[in-house]
Amino acid sequence: MTWFTRRLRRLAPQLVALAIILGIISLIAPGFLTISVQNGRLYGSLIDILVRAAPVALLTVGMTLVIATRGIDLSIGAVIAICGAVAATLISDGYSLPVVIAVSLGVGIVCGLWNGILVAVLDIQPIIATLILMVAGRGIAQLITEGVILTFNDDTFAALGSGSLAGIPIPIYLWVGTALIIGLLMRRTALGFLIEATGINRRAASLAGVRARFLLFSAYAISGLCAAIAGMIVTADIRGADANNAGLWLELDAILAVVVGGTSLNGGRFSITASLIGALIIQSINTGILVSGFPPEFNLIIKAGIIIVVLTLQSPAIMTLFGFIKATRRSGKLNHGTKEATR
Amino acid sequence: MSAPHALLEARGIGKSFFGISALEDVDFTLQQGEIHALLGENGAGKSTLIKILTGVYRRDRGTIYLEGNEVSPDDVAAAQALGIGTVYQEVNLLENLTVAENLFLGRQPRRFGMIDRRTMRERSRTLLERYGLNIDVDALLSSYSVAFRQIIAIARAVDLSGKVLVLDEPTASLDANEVKGLFTVLRQLREDGVGIVIITHFLDQVYEIADRVTVLRNGRLVGSRAISELPRLDLISMMLGRELQHITRDHQAEPETIDDRGAPSIQFQNYGKKGSVAPFDLDIRPGEVVGIAGLLGSGRSETAFLLFGIDRADSGTATIDGQQVSIASPEAAIANRFGFCPEERKTDGIVGDLSVADNIVLALQAQRGWMRPISSAQKRELADSFIKSLDIRPADRERPIKFLSGGNQQKAILARWLVTEPRLLILDEPTRGIDIGAHAEILKMIERLCAEGMSLVVISSELEELTAVAHRVIVLSDRRHVAELSGRQLTTDGIIRAIAGTGETEAA
Repeated sequence: MTWFTRRLRRLAPQLVALAIILGIISLIAPGFLTISVQNGRLYGSLIDILVRAAPVALLTVGMTLVIATRGIDLSIGAVIAICGAVAATLISDGYSLPVVIAVSLGVGIVCGLWNGILVAVLDIQPIIATLILMVAGRGIAQLITEGVILTFNDDTFAALGSGSLAGIPIPIYLWVGTALIIGLLMRRTALGFLIEATGINRRAASLAGVRARFLLFSAYAISGLCAAIAGMIVTADIRGADANNAGLWLELDAILAVVVGGTSLNGGRFSITASLIGALIIQSINTGILVSGFPPEFNLIIKAGIIIVVLTLQSPAIMTLFGFIKATRRSGKLNHGTKEATR
Repeated sequence: MSAPHALLEARGIGKSFFGISALEDVDFTLQQGEIHALLGENGAGKSTLIKILTGVYRRDRGTIYLEGNEVSPDDVAAAQALGIGTVYQEVNLLENLTVAENLFLGRQPRRFGMIDRRTMRERSRTLLERYGLNIDVDALLSSYSVAFRQIIAIARAVDLSGKVLVLDEPTASLDANEVKGLFTVLRQLREDGVGIVIITHFLDQVYEIADRVTVLRNGRLVGSRAISELPRLDLISMMLGRELQHITRDHQAEPETIDDRGAPSIQFQNYGKKGSVAPFDLDIRPGEVVGIAGLLGSGRSETAFLLFGIDRADSGTATIDGQQVSIASPEAAIANRFGFCPEERKTDGIVGDLSVADNIVLALQAQRGWMRPISSAQKRELADSFIKSLDIRPADRERPIKFLSGGNQQKAILARWLVTEPRLLILDEPTRGIDIGAHAEILKMIERLCAEGMSLVVISSELEELTAVAHRVIVLSDRRHVAELSGRQLTTDGIIRAIAGTGETEAA
């Protein structure tokens, strides 16, 4: 099997789900698939999905790594608020754009390292460890913005959220670029392999000399970094930092995206690409419901319903049902293999 | 007043898991008013047998009689109702409830549909007084020591079941005084006619309390004897599977030329850790195989953990080629070119979901660091060459390692270390639970490796294996290095005597 067909087989369930959802929405809302060019910038619902997906897609990249280590990061929604508040404060204080970006990213990484200390050094369960910053984080953000929605007027920074380059909105560059860089970092170095080994069996990996702590730290730090980028996009988009609502519940969407992407919450083998398709599925549902003209009070219910369907279709039970013949053949082969092995 | 039937009798019990036999044709007989010790090394089948008797597992073959009637406990509750109660090593009580609540959990005395606390309290008090415990039954269980909790658990089990009491390693976390207290309770229960099965690896305690022992080995019954007619030496031979009189020196011991192998390259001096292994000296020369023998719980694996830095030594020094080094973590050990194949292959060895190839290159990749990845071509080459040279089957490097048999997983873990070209490889029970073919291959490989100049430390409960491959054998007993055998002394006979020797002096 070549590399390409193997990849395709891994991503097939997610791609099919995305295609079906886009297909259904385009039936309900004509013109959904149209893309037009206005003032040298691409417009259309599909482009809108890609732009709106930026925050959750960024969070998904980090969340995938954290989940691969058999952890979870609940704090990233709050980290969005913190980094947004930091960026907004610095912008209104007149700092230059590179300083604002560098400091915000740094704050995100520090938040991730804090989680890393709790999880890797103090051995606190990830769900509890990151819950601490999830709760405290919005408080910190409020302290930074001094309890108000801090608005600013800086067109260069705002461009991170609403600008475009060569016709393509900047947020798309940001999340695709980040995902590419981190994806390459994982697969072109041994980082991804070692993270998977740690997630599957931390003790065995440690006994083989894998520095599990360092890997946990890097996963949470990358998660914090991704949240910081998302925080800047969100803040730039609304030209203000809202400590209470920026990134609210987004960590849950990110977890959902990872799960829809087929990475197990038990850690181990991960695919950033599949998680990103998961994020696009979730954003398509959000945008789709909006353009379909359903009363907004139905949105959350419809979203939950569609996700149940997607997850059911991906469940091992259904997969076995559809691939029944394949499954028996494979297990037959396996039995044969073990017999041979024990002979 | 002897009953016509044994209290509990099991005949021809057999059980296999996934086609691997764990218990084969085992008989076990427990009389009323008897304390019966069940002995054997790890993997001998003790806990499988106990779990069958107490209804945790279903047997594949065999019959169980309780007081002469055939019974078939299908689950723990059924076994309890029949009269078979169990107390596990980790006492299965609830710490956040009171003593009385624990004693009567699930069967609280009721009055008008409400729990009758007063009756419960009174009955708890009378119950515990029988065991010489005069404690506040309204206090939380967590406020009492493990020893007290154990007696409370026993009280509950006996009150609930009453005929057979099974104790799994009851003394593992008790100090000498607490053990004495526990034994007083057990003797009283024996007087009352309860049949007690006790699993333990402390031979002194077996001689102190048991009336009879049954020894299992590799899932088979070795024998069942009255303790009064069983000298300690014979018992150890039974456990390790060697009849003393039948031992022939199968190992043409190396002439006493070990010192000619050159100066020791790795030296541990006064190396030890409190509560784990008493300080020991260990010199390892290049190309030498040092065996470590001892019974279960004697500190075999703990020695390996110290050598490989999994446990941090709190005394002594480690020296490599004359340089003092600190081995405070597996990473540090690996940096000094050590390797370690753990006994618990599933939890400590394999990374199940990863492929055979990934598992083979894991240690090397960890050593190189994440920034210098092993290319996939390199990985393929390494994996294929070791799959071929170690004959790992099926020869499919992409298959997740969890689908391989135990022997092939073990070979893959060996390959993981061989890839790193270690100077010292520590093998903890390298042949446990693997089939004969792989067994022989692994022994052959050990010889080949040391011929190439690698040093090995081999821990094994298979004495013949040790005498066959080791140049020297360190004997452990009671977490101490008690003897070192080499040359002509190095026989299975000698090892058994060394293990028993200390035991006897200590008992005296």
